[in-house]
Amino acid sequence: MPLPPLDERAIIIGAEATDWRDAVRIAGRALADAGVARAGYADEMVRMIEEYGPYVVIAPGLALAHARPGNAVLKDGLGVVTLATPVPFGHPHNDPVHVVLALAITSPAGHLESVAAIANVFNDTSAVQDLIAARSKDDVLRILQ
Amino acid sequence: MTCFGSCSEDGIVKIVAICGAGIGTSGILKVNAERVLARLGIEADVLAAHLGTLKRDAADAQVILTSAEFVDAIGPTNADVIVVENYFDTDELSRKLEAALGSE
Repeated sequence: MPLPPLDERAIIIGAEATDWRDAVRIAGRALADAGVARAGYADEMVRMIEEYGPYVVIAPGLALAHARPGNAVLKDGLGVVTLATPVPFGHPHNDPVHVVLALAITSPAGHLESVAAIANVFNDTSAVQDLIAARSKDDVLRILQ
Repeated sequence: MTCFGSCSEDGIVKIVAICGAGIGTSGILKVNAERVLARLGIEADVLAAHLGTLKRDAADAQVILTSAEFVDAIGPTNADVIVVENYFDTDELSRKLEAALGSE
């Protein structure tokens, strides 16, 4: 089961984010730089959290930012941003967030295979710690293989 | 397994995973719930859905898996609503699903 494509340009190590919105926008910019999504996708991901709350913080230290499939998504893809300083998202159990994954999906049909691949990586509880410790894009690619 | 509450006609447990978008987080809940249920030997249909289609998708569900943020929006339901804290902690999922489904 393949992960959503992870372009090197969609990996940012040690980003400085002022708050959760900034962290999500950095991840959105990374997806845009990789040609995965239009610039507006970042704001759509922020709006999901504004509307529904910090549920995207699905494990300690890890946010899976995403919005719905739509015009802002150009192709399936994943972005990975590790933060130099963790930021709170307001989650009751899993704050603060050290790593933001950004997911862009063109169509709900068939996306479960790639989501299952994400689960395969992160069901191993060391994956988030390994990403926090990653010092290069190659480190990140190795962890997510 | 013993079937409690509103089992579907074919006796297979119906579980719906809910998130805001219907992709991503609910998908992770779905795949991990399926893994845990297979381990527990419980036959179930697990559907990933979002709040917009909840009424249609969860009308006959026995269990709804979700985050604390969505509990109020889900509203009154006959299903057991299970709040998951760590989506990648299959032990947590296993414990909560087993409690809700009352396996022997």
